[in-house]
Amino acid sequence: MKNAIIKFRKVALLPFLAFNFAFLIGGIIIALTDAEVMAKIKSPGEFILAFLAKIGNSFLAIFQGSIYDVNLARGESFFKGFYPIAETAVSATPLILAGLSVTLAFRAGLFNIGAQGQFIMGAIAASYIGFSFELSPVIHVLLALLAGILASGIYGGLVGFLKAKTGAHEVIVTIMLNYVASFFILWILKTKTFLRPDSINPIAPEVNQSAKLPQFLGSDLRIHLGLLIALLVAAAIWWLLNVSTIGFKFRAVGANASAAKTAGISTGQVTFLTMFICGSLAGLGGAVHVLGVNHALTADIGGSYGFDAITVALLGRATVGGTIFAAFLFGALQTGGLSLLSNTGTPVEIVQVIQALIVLFIATPTLIKFIFRIKKEVSESSLAAKGWNG
Amino acid sequence: MSLELKGVTKKFGTLIANDSIDLSVANGEILAILGENGAGKSTLMNIVYGLQEADSGKILIDGNEVVINSPADALKHGIGMVHQHFMLVPVFTVAENIVLGHEVSKRGKLTLDQAKVRIKEIADEFKFEIDPDALIENLPVGIQQRIEIIRALMYDAKVLILDEPTAVLTPQETDELLAIMRSLKSKGTSIIFITHKLREVKAVADRITVIRRGKVVGTTGPTATQEELATLMVGHNVVLTPTKSDQRLGQKVLEVRNLTVFDSSGRKLLNNLSLDINAGEILAIAGVQGNGQSELARALINLEEHVTGSIKLNSVEILGRSVNDALQAGIAYVPESRELDGLIGSFSIAENLILDTHDLAPTSKLGQLDRKRIEENARKLIKEFDVRTQSIFDNVSSLSGGNKQKVVLARELSRSVQLVIVSQPTRGLDVGSIEFVHERLLQERNAGKAVLLISSELDEVIGLSDRIAVLYRGEILDIVENNTTREKLGLMMAGVK
Repeated sequence: MKNAIIKFRKVALLPFLAFNFAFLIGGIIIALTDAEVMAKIKSPGEFILAFLAKIGNSFLAIFQGSIYDVNLARGESFFKGFYPIAETAVSATPLILAGLSVTLAFRAGLFNIGAQGQFIMGAIAASYIGFSFELSPVIHVLLALLAGILASGIYGGLVGFLKAKTGAHEVIVTIMLNYVASFFILWILKTKTFLRPDSINPIAPEVNQSAKLPQFLGSDLRIHLGLLIALLVAAAIWWLLNVSTIGFKFRAVGANASAAKTAGISTGQVTFLTMFICGSLAGLGGAVHVLGVNHALTADIGGSYGFDAITVALLGRATVGGTIFAAFLFGALQTGGLSLLSNTGTPVEIVQVIQALIVLFIATPTLIKFIFRIKKEVSESSLAAKGWNG
Repeated sequence: MSLELKGVTKKFGTLIANDSIDLSVANGEILAILGENGAGKSTLMNIVYGLQEADSGKILIDGNEVVINSPADALKHGIGMVHQHFMLVPVFTVAENIVLGHEVSKRGKLTLDQAKVRIKEIADEFKFEIDPDALIENLPVGIQQRIEIIRALMYDAKVLILDEPTAVLTPQETDELLAIMRSLKSKGTSIIFITHKLREVKAVADRITVIRRGKVVGTTGPTATQEELATLMVGHNVVLTPTKSDQRLGQKVLEVRNLTVFDSSGRKLLNNLSLDINAGEILAIAGVQGNGQSELARALINLEEHVTGSIKLNSVEILGRSVNDALQAGIAYVPESRELDGLIGSFSIAENLILDTHDLAPTSKLGQLDRKRIEENARKLIKEFDVRTQSIFDNVSSLSGGNKQKVVLARELSRSVQLVIVSQPTRGLDVGSIEFVHERLLQERNAGKAVLLISSELDEVIGLSDRIAVLYRGEILDIVENNTTREKLGLMMAGVK
């Protein structure tokens, strides 16, 4: 038990500090960019009060927008106040899957920047199956999800294939394929098959009722089956990485490809398989998002899920548990950011600033260690840097 | 210039790396510091060179105490150092590397003319052949080392520290380096020569200081025998030459015919090589490093990509199949670099012990690793191979070189195999581990395995082998009996048949 705590501290301390420090800096930026606060700069007493009040109100707004809102519960049931946390879970769902995609790649020594493109491909395939067929509900959902998994699996697998056969660096290829995917979706939404008959805007028909992921906590909360799917898949990936022989190969290639090869592990196969599974994971994220929330494919379906996934995986230190946790934090930031705008007038972009600060502090462990005077013991292996050694 | 250390002590936590060390080197003297890996030699020299700070003790130059806090200080006081791992930029030229940190510029533009002249002067003085415009990455390690020496001399080093300078050199290059050291000495340069190789110490040193576990345990002259030095170094009696029992030769295990290996640009690295190894014999491959030894070892387990010819193990062709097929067909493979190719540093000892059997029963069942079996296996093997570790769950990178090699050997020899391929099996190991590895290889031979030993240590080749094949420029020059003289083998390694 004691060992477990030490191990946990070793892995989690740095992201924890990075996260909090980013919030602190974010809070200062919020206050310093606020006109009302700055107007009081001449009287220090009032200024400090306004400064602290602004930061406090902002963080309260983020909390209310993402976890629990007393105002919603007032006059109604206590549980009504939990609407925000349900929204957080809805935002976290695709992030868990896309984040796992990046995490798995890290563990096999690859840097999958292509989660964004894979996410879009998964969403396109699932949407197509969703609106084109009339099937019984269970089969329809399964088929649509499977289509998303396969389409994006192939899209990711292509990267692995190119790397294994030609040595093409996965970072370059995935960046390029992100562009391909975001233009492909623009084009495909103009085709007869995808464009909604009565629409001039690029939007596909809504998926049939039978393909929608059910909202299992009632229709008031948008939380849908996708969350359970994401958590189940996360458990499967944990098993794959830590228990299965395939995962052993993945980790071996990730930690020392040359030794893995000498021990008879085919690095080419591992690279292909890893990228296929990574693609599938991100694509499943896209599929779940379109079938569970949006129900209709639009050009901006991908949002920035695939890119946030990289941050999520980094914040989660490329572990399965960490990735889930980080996905929820990011989900909370997204939903909280909206109420930040509506409640305090602070621009929602500040959330992106905080996200960027988190990445910055995680990428510079030395800085965090210096600020918080931490001595050794905390592991600081920078996973992201490894990808470039290819 | 003379250099003296008095009572130098350095602690890392509870470990005392240097315990009140006294030593001195006189003007124009070669002092050898002899000790096993981990005895504290490198720490001591890092203190002298200003890379680490001593907890207590004094450094005296020509009798005056000096403070050295950085390599720049050391250089200022006339102390130069050539590190075990060279500090050169591979994509820079010789001249660029030598001026690094002391660049002279004219109107913002780097000028190398003066440096080139100086390099030529020093090179001529010591009869080196060096092109100042050659790229470092295109030069052999022996030459790279000379460039490090020139760099030290350029900045007027009067005391030169050479940290394990022969670890990366071939026997010929070693001899050349020893000649250079003598020539430096005759011109008044003092040299501190750090090593664990007894033969070299005896060949070149004026005095020998032996360090064991951070303490000076004795200083002697070069007349001491190798056995005496080894005993002083290790702390107990050691057997330098293993005893070999009579040979019981079995049937042919490995048959290699016309093996040719190309690199990716089509150059031949191994040319038309043929050899046989029988059960119960050790065939050693002798040769200067870089004559195709690595490629031969790699080709035999299908790690090389462009290969023609035939490799038969027990009459079954294995060339062209996967690495895994070759290993599972009955080959144990101990690679040249255990850190790079033999082990995964961030994996536990237990995991490293199943690296090439992880998807076979009983290590795994239905695609799932059997943790209990893996742990049992690890406990059994670390006992059998005497791996010194606190826990089988420790990262393998935390082990010493000798223990790492034991992990590789344990993994490879615990599989059921007919052929054992070992490449440079004792490189960088301490005397105790070397003894262990040698005994273990002889055990394999006596148990009826065929053993291919690739080594650049001539002593090891002569001590262990039954037959010796000399590899020269990718071809086998000749295969000779074990009773061939050292001199004859040395000549053959240089290409003289």
